[in-house]
Amino acid sequence: MSYLEYTVKHVPSGPRKILYLNWPLALLLAAVACVGFLMLYSVAGGSFSPWAEPQMKRFVMGFVLMLIVAMVPIWFWRNMAGVAFAGTLLLLLGVEFFGSVGKGAQRWIDLGFMRLQPSELAKITLVMILAAYYDWLPSHKKSRPFWVLIPVVLILVPVAMVLRQPDLGTSILLLAAGGGMMFLAGVHWAYFAAVIGAGVGLITAVFQFRGTEWQLLKDYQYRRIDTFLDPASDPLGAGYHITQSKIALGSGGWTGRGFMQGTQSRLNFLPEKHTDFIFTTLAEEFGFIGAFSLLTLYALIIVFCVVSALANKDRFASLLTLGIALNFFLFFAVNMSMVMGLAPVVGVPLPLVSFGGSAMLVLMLAFGLAQSAHVHRPRQGY
Amino acid sequence: MKRPRIDIEANHRLLTRRAAILGGVQLAFVGALGARMQFLQVDQADQFRLLAEENRINIRLIPPARGEIFDRNGVALARNVPSYRIVIVREDAGDVEAAVEALSQLVTLDPDEVTRAMAEMRRSAPFLPITVADEVSWDDLSRVSVNAPALPGVTPEVGLSRVYPLGSDYAHVLGYVGPVSDYDLERIEDPDQVLRIPRFQIGKVGVEAKIEENLRGKAGARRVEVNAAGRVMRELDRREGTPGSDLQLTIDSKLQSYVQARLNGESASAIVMDVENGDLLSIASAPTYDPNLFVRGISTRDYKMLTDNKYRPLASKSVQGTYPPGSTFKMITAMAALEEGLIGPDETVYCPGHMEVAGRRFHCWKRAGHGWVDLQNSLKQSCDVYYYDLAVKVGIEKISAMARRFGLGERHDIPMSAVAQGLMPTMDWKSRVHGQSWVVGDTVNASIGQGFLLSSPLQLAVMTARLASGTAVKPRLIKTIDGIEQPSGAGPSLGMNENNLRKMRRAMYATVNDRRGTAYGSRIIEDAVRMAGKTGTSQVRNITAAERRAGVVRNEDLPWERRDHALFVNFAPYDDPKIAVAVIVEHGGGGSKAAAPIARDVTLQALYGGEPPLEAYPTKDRDRIEQQQQVLRGIQPVANFAGRDQA
Repeated sequence: MSYLEYTVKHVPSGPRKILYLNWPLALLLAAVACVGFLMLYSVAGGSFSPWAEPQMKRFVMGFVLMLIVAMVPIWFWRNMAGVAFAGTLLLLLGVEFFGSVGKGAQRWIDLGFMRLQPSELAKITLVMILAAYYDWLPSHKKSRPFWVLIPVVLILVPVAMVLRQPDLGTSILLLAAGGGMMFLAGVHWAYFAAVIGAGVGLITAVFQFRGTEWQLLKDYQYRRIDTFLDPASDPLGAGYHITQSKIALGSGGWTGRGFMQGTQSRLNFLPEKHTDFIFTTLAEEFGFIGAFSLLTLYALIIVFCVVSALANKDRFASLLTLGIALNFFLFFAVNMSMVMGLAPVVGVPLPLVSFGGSAMLVLMLAFGLAQSAHVHRPRQGY
Repeated sequence: MKRPRIDIEANHRLLTRRAAILGGVQLAFVGALGARMQFLQVDQADQFRLLAEENRINIRLIPPARGEIFDRNGVALARNVPSYRIVIVREDAGDVEAAVEALSQLVTLDPDEVTRAMAEMRRSAPFLPITVADEVSWDDLSRVSVNAPALPGVTPEVGLSRVYPLGSDYAHVLGYVGPVSDYDLERIEDPDQVLRIPRFQIGKVGVEAKIEENLRGKAGARRVEVNAAGRVMRELDRREGTPGSDLQLTIDSKLQSYVQARLNGESASAIVMDVENGDLLSIASAPTYDPNLFVRGISTRDYKMLTDNKYRPLASKSVQGTYPPGSTFKMITAMAALEEGLIGPDETVYCPGHMEVAGRRFHCWKRAGHGWVDLQNSLKQSCDVYYYDLAVKVGIEKISAMARRFGLGERHDIPMSAVAQGLMPTMDWKSRVHGQSWVVGDTVNASIGQGFLLSSPLQLAVMTARLASGTAVKPRLIKTIDGIEQPSGAGPSLGMNENNLRKMRRAMYATVNDRRGTAYGSRIIEDAVRMAGKTGTSQVRNITAAERRAGVVRNEDLPWERRDHALFVNFAPYDDPKIAVAVIVEHGGGGSKAAAPIARDVTLQALYGGEPPLEAYPTKDRDRIEQQQQVLRGIQPVANFAGRDQA
């Protein structure tokens, strides 16, 4: 069903919309954000500054933003998808020239009240444009090579631009989210099999030919890959973070050391303790129970999104909600894998918990879209 | 643009299917994350908790305060005083060279020290503090403290540093401390952990080294929580160490300083010992050096000056130096003969100036000879021939055995470095070491303390003390450790005929107080403190027959190294012996001229407990002595005694 087939008469209108919000989802988001406030308060040594207080303000702002976005009919957002995507590409181009380079290489544009990372925005607008694309595309064409090529280009353009920053973590997330959207839209599985097969083949070739005369990469590039894949080989560099992070997690045990009692974070053994590695503080102070609870909250957010998406007969709304859920999943899955030593260290924050304005606002914007989809879903008896 | 209903339904079914697949993958991943969490946090919790503790907790040793050393009256000889130093932590400083540069604007830095610190900094962990300036004045320290915000990584630190207030007077007795070297660590079995503290100081020589175990004390420890940079965040608990034990020496500081001043300008040594309990009241050796230089780390140039000095300031001549005892040995030869009953009451020997033994001519120091001499006269005039005669009758074994009973050839147990054993030869020794059999000529040489014989001033002092007391008194240097009195040096009776001992003492008395005695010039005329002694002049070269024919060259005309050693031993007061003194002046010429006057001054100083009245000296010496006293007053560290602080 497309929005053209249902209008105001099928959906709630006016202030009544507020009653039709996906309230469980909103409460779950607030719960996760509260975990974030608690941890930021703790890593600051029991103080609201410098992290917990600004984070709370941002969450309130984000929550209001979510409500505003949710009130706006979903078909408006569908129509805006192209504009938003083009705008994001312009912003990405803009940071090439006017952006400030922060720690590592994440670039932002200073908007005065906050720093906007266009790469964060790209995660949402890419999902929007793909959802809009597959909503528009007649379903029998979706697996034809030409119509497959278009979304591939739509994905690769922002990925390439983010990669240039260079921000490997975000480009991988973008790639995964885009691929996921195509999969959800029903593109023939053979394409995915081919891409995965080619990828595996290439990686195998790269490693198989190492040390032979058909070696594909230079030696130093291999060494970088080694360090990336096995941080333990560089114990004072990347390996140090992972080792300390694992120690923090492990020393938490079942119930943890208690609120504000984590020695690993308190004594600065953990890097980036208020951003990317904040999960370790939670795990150290509240143990397995605390860490698993957060994981459950995250999983519930995904579940509520998926349920909302599948209950929605509007194709754009479903795809969008699923895409946002997928993005959210990638966020916390990559971050947790990283701190638990399952994945290489890439700069991905823990969603809604890590300190950071851009990511928080963009996520709340995204959930605003999901809420809008939920509020404005076509109802039979309305 | 209505779409067929069928299409919508099919699309939605496909979407649901795909969403289910993707959702399944996501769920599986969440499960994997949960499993990993469980593995890390529950299964391996103990291991990681231990690692976290290792990360967090560090054990830091607290160096114990070293025991202090006092003289017998409580005058401080070795103290710990607060010293300020400036340290740089590489990691905090960032650019170390810039930090040093900034620091040098505030305080003057020793370039050598800076070079050393730079090298040390490159070697050690980035968070370890490295000293760039030691012994910083309070003013400099405050200047650095005030400017601390502008000097990242630079911090002032306070520590204890060893100071020897009387400096060079005690260089040989106390020695000095210095930082533990790799060599020290290798040498010491199972080294105490405290030795691994950077710049921890241990005794290197002398009492500081020999009584190290008592002086060092036990290290305390504190368990501290450190952050990732190794910085101490807080102290978890603290166990104070035990400070080292304080020592009290038997040395009398006032006397020691006087003796060192009296020896100033000579290459000489003097020992003053209590004849009853063996307390060493003074152990002096000249020239000397300032041990404080070594504590701070002596410069190569200063050290070279000390090692190149031909008067060997670093060596303690009093316990480490060995010399032929010369005529001071004659008491031993005589005692050996007396105890064997080989000398009749009025037996005399004729001295024609030489004596033929086994086809070799042995000369008396007096070419014209002494004529008929008895025991007392032989000692008084130091007639050599009389002792040649005795030696041939007694034999070396008896003489050597007698020497040992008087403490010669024995390594006395006092806590100083390189205490010499000396040498009292026996027939067996010669065949063992030299592979030659003993000849009677060797005995003749030994009878007057020449030939193979070697003894240290300490041994001669012990010998004299034993003669005076008739007991096997042993030298003692440590009076108390931690307030506990150490065993006295008083010994049992030597078990010798008291008459024989009295004869020897009387002969020694005559040597000093008889007009014809060799030490008459150094007599004391105050009856209560009259001394008895014996001169010695030991040759360091052989006088050849040709040389003797040409007339023996006078000592003064020889190069310093070839002149005779001057020796003198004495005890006083004669009537009630209290102290024994041994003086040796290296290459000083004759014992009566070079050593006896020193011994007299030292004896009087010791018995009067300070500067003696001029009336104790013979009239004709008084002007000269008065002048000398004035000079010595100027070079003694008088100021230090004004504020005597009792321990």
